[in-house]
Amino acid sequence: MATYEGLFDGMGLRAWCDDGAKDGPMTMSELLAKAKGGELDTAWYDVPFPSLDNLHAACKAVPRTRDMTSGVEQAFLDVKAALQFVLDPLTQPLSWLLDGSLFLFGAIPWWVLLPLILVAVFAVSRSLGVTLFVAVSFLFLSFIDHYSYSVQTLSIIFVCTVLSVLFGVPIGIAMSKSDGLQRGMIPILDMLQTLPSFVYLIPLIFLFSITESKLYGIAIILYAIVPVIRLTDLGIRLVDRDVIEAADAFGMNARQKLFGVEIPLALPNIMAGVNQTIMMALAMVVIASLVSAPGLGVLVLRGIRNLELGVGLVSGVCIVLLAVILDRVSKASLSRINASQKS
Amino acid sequence: MSDKPKVRIRNLYKIFGTDPASVLDQAKAGLGKTEMLERHGHVLGLKDISIDIGDGEITVIMGLSGSGKSTLIRHLNRLIEPTEGEILVDGIDVTSYGEEELRQLRQMQMSMVFQKFALLPHRTVLENAGMALRVRGESAAAADAAATTWLDRVGLTGFEGHYPHQLSGGMQQRVGIARALTSNAPIMLMDEAFSALDPLIRTDMQGLLLELQQDLHKTIVFITHDLDEALKLADHLVILKDGYVVQQSEPQHILLNPADPYIEDFVSDINRARVLRVRSVMTPLDGRVPADAAGEVGYDDTLESVIAISGGDTAHAYAVLRDGTPVGMLDMKDLVRALVPRAASNGGMLSRAV
Repeated sequence: MATYEGLFDGMGLRAWCDDGAKDGPMTMSELLAKAKGGELDTAWYDVPFPSLDNLHAACKAVPRTRDMTSGVEQAFLDVKAALQFVLDPLTQPLSWLLDGSLFLFGAIPWWVLLPLILVAVFAVSRSLGVTLFVAVSFLFLSFIDHYSYSVQTLSIIFVCTVLSVLFGVPIGIAMSKSDGLQRGMIPILDMLQTLPSFVYLIPLIFLFSITESKLYGIAIILYAIVPVIRLTDLGIRLVDRDVIEAADAFGMNARQKLFGVEIPLALPNIMAGVNQTIMMALAMVVIASLVSAPGLGVLVLRGIRNLELGVGLVSGVCIVLLAVILDRVSKASLSRINASQKS
Repeated sequence: MSDKPKVRIRNLYKIFGTDPASVLDQAKAGLGKTEMLERHGHVLGLKDISIDIGDGEITVIMGLSGSGKSTLIRHLNRLIEPTEGEILVDGIDVTSYGEEELRQLRQMQMSMVFQKFALLPHRTVLENAGMALRVRGESAAAADAAATTWLDRVGLTGFEGHYPHQLSGGMQQRVGIARALTSNAPIMLMDEAFSALDPLIRTDMQGLLLELQQDLHKTIVFITHDLDEALKLADHLVILKDGYVVQQSEPQHILLNPADPYIEDFVSDINRARVLRVRSVMTPLDGRVPADAAGEVGYDDTLESVIAISGGDTAHAYAVLRDGTPVGMLDMKDLVRALVPRAASNGGMLSRAV
């Protein structure tokens, strides 16, 4: 006899319990009890917590926890069609961008792409040291045959970072202009940042076909967009009040003030956000290999799945190298901006 | 100087707080700043301010911190909105202006110089100086040409390509002044423009401003907490305390006839010999012929320079000349009497407090 049967009997709910009885599939503990033969004996000090499952044992009308999780799943499945109908066409360009960029980066021969990357690095960092470091790192990556994986990873990060900045900066600006929006957004941003990265993938797998690249694209962007939003908001709120006042006193309109004063003065903070966004995109692109994102993450996954220790470790080191490259290059360009506007 | 004021402020009230309109009547009834805060939780910023700002004159608004002077100057270009009252620029009430008209006013009619310079750190000196013209939508070439002229005028030739952080405080404020002048607005608002500078640089900048004003005849509203600076620059001096005007007049007049103990204390500390001028203490001739003058002094000379001429001898009297013709007599005894502040003789608030 289950522990809480007496409770329901005492409250006169027995009829309701039996009425609403619905037999779902057997739980593991029930199966174990059955296998042992007979009911589970419970001593007085072993009284179970009145959880859904335990109450269900006493009264079949109470749903089990498993009913709840499957209810969540069912609810999601119910809105899935509608969500898909809206989101699928909206996000389709993301697939095109990711596939296109992967194709482009893959199609350019290495002896064109590597010099191009180095020129771009020098253009943004204006630092020979950083450029040299990037050159050596890429030669190493190519030498150990990780070139194409690294370039795939880079191409995904490139697309996702550009999109994050494209969406994140305007959202951040809007947040800085409206206290209400800021109050509303901060819990969402907190959630996006703390939700375990694997959890992102689960609803996305349901929504989109696993073979589509937008699946991992969305996961990466949702995860990586947070810092650039936060720091754009912060940066614009931190712009010197006196300078804003001067802009007002000379009759600037809102647009002139935004593009002529606020964004330029917030740029160091925005760039710090971009740097963080790049790093978070890199972190996520490795995890996204679980849902078919190509690149170095695939090798890590292979290392785990097949216990190929060497493959996993070497690709791990390559990811670190890529992270250092991205961090150094974005930091160098950040410090170049900082130097031009000390006050 | 013309008689028609450029800007007239009429019965201006400013109350800071959640519901200023609700306590406006109490403020009008004469409730003070402290009582207002204690009883109603509102801060009385400005109380019944009426000032005429003369065309082509320097009007100095002076007061200690918290007296509302910075609040007042920001009402002129409506960086702060008044609770009640009128601000007439060339006879038109700017408090009724909509957003677009207000921008026009700020772009074309008024320029401003700030205590902390407030230059754009990411723009060069040249771009900063030309900011007003760029805001109006004029071409970069026109803005740069005008900016170059004014930068030369304030003594910054050769610094056009520098960034503000590469300049000293005094030079940054020269850029601030060049920026205000480049806008070519007839009214210039200067909010404690020299307060952040070293004393020597400050004297320099005051000289520069007076020199520019001789040619330009702008209508300047200058805010300061420094009486020496106020007396040096002012054509018209307004003294603020706790948000109301204690006294406003020609500075020499205030110095010789302080309206209340607060101002007596204020003026008791300054070097009167350097500020007072012969015209304020002389006896007019009224057609008489100057007799037994020991020498001649100028109408606008400071008393300090007369003392230098006299060598400290108080027995003499001097003929006062204005543009070469005698207009009065200056007895050295009157001069010495004028040097003693009234407050010191009958005991002002400061001497009682000590």
